[in-house]
Amino acid sequence: MTVFAFYLFALGVIAGGLFTVVSRNPVHSVLWLILAFLSSAGLFVLLGAEFVAMLLVIVYVGAVAVLFLFVVMMLDVDFAELKAEMAQYLPLGLLIGLIILMQLGMAFGVWEASDVAAAQLSSPTPVDVHNTAALGLVLYDRYFLLFQLAGLILLVAMIGAIVLTLRHRKDVKRQVVLQQMYRDPAKAMELKNVRPGQGL
Amino acid sequence: MAEFFSDNPWGIAIWIVFTILALLVPLLVSLAFLMWGDRKIWAAVQMRRGPNVVGIFGLLQSFADFLKYIVKEVVVPAGADRFVFFLAPMVSLVMAFVAWAVIPFGDGWVISDINVAILYVFAISSLEVYGVIMGGWASNSKYPFLGSLRSAAQMISYEVSLGLIIIGIVISSGSMNFGDIVRSQDGVGILSWYWIPHFPMMFLFFISALAETNRPPFDLPEAESELVAGYQVEYSSTPFLLFMIGELTAVVLMCALVSLLFFGGWLSPVEFLPDGIFWMCLKMVFVFFIFAMVKAITPRYRYDQLMRIGWKVFLPMSLAWVVFVSFAARFDWFWGFYARWAVGS
Repeated sequence: MTVFAFYLFALGVIAGGLFTVVSRNPVHSVLWLILAFLSSAGLFVLLGAEFVAMLLVIVYVGAVAVLFLFVVMMLDVDFAELKAEMAQYLPLGLLIGLIILMQLGMAFGVWEASDVAAAQLSSPTPVDVHNTAALGLVLYDRYFLLFQLAGLILLVAMIGAIVLTLRHRKDVKRQVVLQQMYRDPAKAMELKNVRPGQGL
Repeated sequence: MAEFFSDNPWGIAIWIVFTILALLVPLLVSLAFLMWGDRKIWAAVQMRRGPNVVGIFGLLQSFADFLKYIVKEVVVPAGADRFVFFLAPMVSLVMAFVAWAVIPFGDGWVISDINVAILYVFAISSLEVYGVIMGGWASNSKYPFLGSLRSAAQMISYEVSLGLIIIGIVISSGSMNFGDIVRSQDGVGILSWYWIPHFPMMFLFFISALAETNRPPFDLPEAESELVAGYQVEYSSTPFLLFMIGELTAVVLMCALVSLLFFGGWLSPVEFLPDGIFWMCLKMVFVFFIFAMVKAITPRYRYDQLMRIGWKVFLPMSLAWVVFVSFAARFDWFWGFYARWAVGS
């Protein structure tokens, strides 16, 4: 049963990745990418890392891929034109891909794991703690400072993005919610009795 | 016989299918009557009669509507992306039903008793937005597309505050399993449920759930009177029915979440009555009644107000609440009122 599920999810990841690259419509590409994310979440579940699987779905599928989909849908790009241009960059792309593949092969070909690491690989979490609690203990206890620093870096990046795009424009009419809420209905409206044929 | 269903792979498969059917069939039937109840309550508030023709008190109205949707013609707009166009309502329906796998109706009455149940529900509900986006885009028409962008932005915004409120509950109960969360609320009946320690968050959760499921007063995705009916404009017949069932199922799921997280699930409100599935169903119907009342008595929000209240009011409030609950649970404020894991296990 597990083997069957594994091959199903593995096929999902590979097919999703492949069609992400080759499909003509960019929106279809993103949808295939989502299939790849979901299948890899399934693989994580099979590995017994259900917390990571759920986070993968929530963060990547629920947030990042929605953002991708928004951007791809809103962008008005002529993809046929882009495809035609792509042909001339193809050799360069292939070359870069080949170099990265070679580097990976060279790096992992001579990789030697210590016995301790190999032993930990087979049982990544302590026996009677399930992996949500185990991750929490590691992140918030042992590597607390590093975790906080990572958060700080993200915060700086966010502030940077906001500062880069923030503009104060004087000619835009803005809605001030507090003013709207505290408006007095008695003063906002004035009833007048208009006589026919006379006007105000 | 019991070994056949717990050891034999075929037996396990048959047992799983049986539990799924035992959940889905009552759920679908109750959806029909909840739909009817929704319309009846709405009508009663506005001093109308509501559906009253098909069956006694109009009880069979939903089934008549169902038949009508089934036999109508499916219209596909020209230039629509056919595959995605039909995939969207299915995604919406399937995602709404899949989340029920981890909802317990009684002690141990759950299809899949997993450790990260809350995260699972949260992940599935974050996938529900795809039905909306895909439907709007695949229609190849401007109104559905704008409608889908509108509702996707709304659903994503309110997921954030829903998640933070859930984190508060998880800190309090020390588990992400719904069964453990409910068991940690066991005690002196109604007084030990989480609606007292997490009192303000109960309202925030309820309002966010309204926005997340596109219910009035936040039904901007549809807003049929001023904005054209959102992402589902081009849908007709069965695909539209699927969207509608998916939406209603999501609403009922939110009712189940509210009753599990804040009202002690299957626990009895008074100690001398036994716990059981009856209480869970009663609480869900009660929350659904409130949903229907809100629909009947509130006017629709403006879109910028909706976004403001989500990001500038609910998000900071729920974030501050998480910090408060963390301190209260860690340092045992209020005699351990906020730290129930010590009590439960």
